[in-house]
Amino acid sequence: MTGSVIVTGKSPATSGDLTFDFSTSVGSLELISPILTASGCAAAGRELDNYFDITEIGGIVTKSIMLAPRSGRATPRMAETPSGMLNSIGLQGPGVESFIENDLVWLQQRGARTIVSIAGGSAEEFGKVAAKLRVAGGFDAIEVNISCPNVEDRGQVFACRADTAANVIQTVRRNSDNRIPIFAKLSPDVTDIVEIAVSVAQAGATGVSVINTLLGMVINTNSMRPALAGVTGGLSGPAIRPVAVRCIWQIRNALPDLPIIGMGGVRTGHDALEMVLAGANAVSVGTSIFNDPSAPMRIQNELEHELRSRGFAKFSQAVSYAHREVEYTLPIDARTDDVDPTDENWDFISE
Amino acid sequence: MASMNSGAIQVRGEVLDVQRTGKYFVMSVTAPGIAERTQPGQFVTVGMGGEESSMILRRSFAIQRVQSRGMYGGTLDFVVSPVGKGTQWLTKLRRHDPLSLVGPLGKPFTLPTKAVTCVLVGGGYGSAPLIMLAESLRDRGCRVDTIIGASTEKKLYGELDLKRVSTSLTLTTDDGTAGIPGRVTDALANVLESSPVDVVYACGPMPMLASVAEVSTARKVFSQCSVEESMACGIGVCMTCVLPVIGDDGVTRMLRSCVEGPVFRGDRVRWSEIGTIPDGTLGKEVVRP
Repeated sequence: MTGSVIVTGKSPATSGDLTFDFSTSVGSLELISPILTASGCAAAGRELDNYFDITEIGGIVTKSIMLAPRSGRATPRMAETPSGMLNSIGLQGPGVESFIENDLVWLQQRGARTIVSIAGGSAEEFGKVAAKLRVAGGFDAIEVNISCPNVEDRGQVFACRADTAANVIQTVRRNSDNRIPIFAKLSPDVTDIVEIAVSVAQAGATGVSVINTLLGMVINTNSMRPALAGVTGGLSGPAIRPVAVRCIWQIRNALPDLPIIGMGGVRTGHDALEMVLAGANAVSVGTSIFNDPSAPMRIQNELEHELRSRGFAKFSQAVSYAHREVEYTLPIDARTDDVDPTDENWDFISE
Repeated sequence: MASMNSGAIQVRGEVLDVQRTGKYFVMSVTAPGIAERTQPGQFVTVGMGGEESSMILRRSFAIQRVQSRGMYGGTLDFVVSPVGKGTQWLTKLRRHDPLSLVGPLGKPFTLPTKAVTCVLVGGGYGSAPLIMLAESLRDRGCRVDTIIGASTEKKLYGELDLKRVSTSLTLTTDDGTAGIPGRVTDALANVLESSPVDVVYACGPMPMLASVAEVSTARKVFSQCSVEESMACGIGVCMTCVLPVIGDDGVTRMLRSCVEGPVFRGDRVRWSEIGTIPDGTLGKEVVRP
């Protein structure tokens, strides 16, 4: 809808070219568009292909796959919260072999760009899943879900410590094809997310996916018991977006060249733009899919409109744009050499 | 294995009518493209509170009837029990208010190819999808004996419609305010004892479905039960609406109510273990000592 809005002759962005240059490089991962699905919110793409053409967005990030089939947790697994939800699925899935035979083959035949999310209870399991994927091939990148409990560390998630996070990434890197980009999906439930980002980058991650859900809890006031069978759950949806923007900003500030996939409560193209300006090279759409099955395509169209209306000639110009030097607005008759930026009489804006 | 809703579409509908009936509201909405494709037992999801709503999860409703209404195209009816914030918002909508609809979703009831004898059992507003089902069964020449029940008269639903389309209609209430005092399953057991029945169709609360499946299976009668599970997406991607179901291979899996259901074979659901991961379920984590 908004994708067809063209204004000619106003700015370089709208000089008459029909298709907007949406291409983005997330490290060595080249995408036709920065919009991806978020892991766990799109299964393996097949269901969503009914509502929009999944080959027209940047790619599908699949639900985290583990080595063996997994039943997940008991129900209730979900509770709605203000502008969000809690989930406690427990990584239900068919195991990597079934995933490769059924889902990966389908995604490949369908021609969708595929980022396979992997999970494990130990670094060794992550390595085994990666090794099976290396043999199978037919995907574009790996996202490593390090926000799952480490069975060797009292169930603490790998993502909460720099050393355990780095260890998983190193193991996945060792078991993957060198050309395959690897993204570490970081948890915001840490004291210093930059420290974790630095450690996974040093361990061989191509980039980071920011953020995973925040740990939350709801009490059912009828039963007067925890609402979820798993007691705690991951908070997602628009409620967490400012946390995601903050994390992306901090990592981009510290690591200007680290590829970042941003996610967390993106519901509109405007929300996606915010993450891009904060430093995201691509943006995943998650919980909003539950609200609107065609959200990734809608958001992509809305983002194009947001970028064009701000005069961006192509998507890549907007990445990290909020980190630029502040600009000073001057009275129309001011001479440049009159300006003292430290003078409080001068208005300055940091738009 | 049906794991897709390949006929489902996302449309903007419009409210035509909101009617109060007992404790419930019947919503009639335009649903172009959805109504025409709907089969008995399927459901629709509705976006809550408009585009900027803080209620981000859609609500699911069993479709009770579809119609072709001239200038409106396809319309459909569903029943709402206004027990939460979302459903209360929904029942306050008025004619011409817009609605976001996705459907038709889920696996429908399996219909017999021959004119057989059917018993339909509905609990509370679970009788809603039985209206459309009964119409289809009668069109096929089936005998349709319907039993609906609730805790009290005001929570019975669909009496008039079901009386019109059923061969016979029996009412039960727990408190005896209407029909036979007692449970639908007592009435079902009586019907199954007195005459041969080929298939039992049921929709209602989980404990009722568990009893219907038990009573039917004990008498070697095939049953199909439509479950109501809490869903976040309704389209098969979120994995919240799962329950333990035994497959053709004898293996229990956690299946999604939204795409592998909501209609399941009564003899295949591990009813008493819903809300748990039963032993023997594929992929159940073994707890280390």
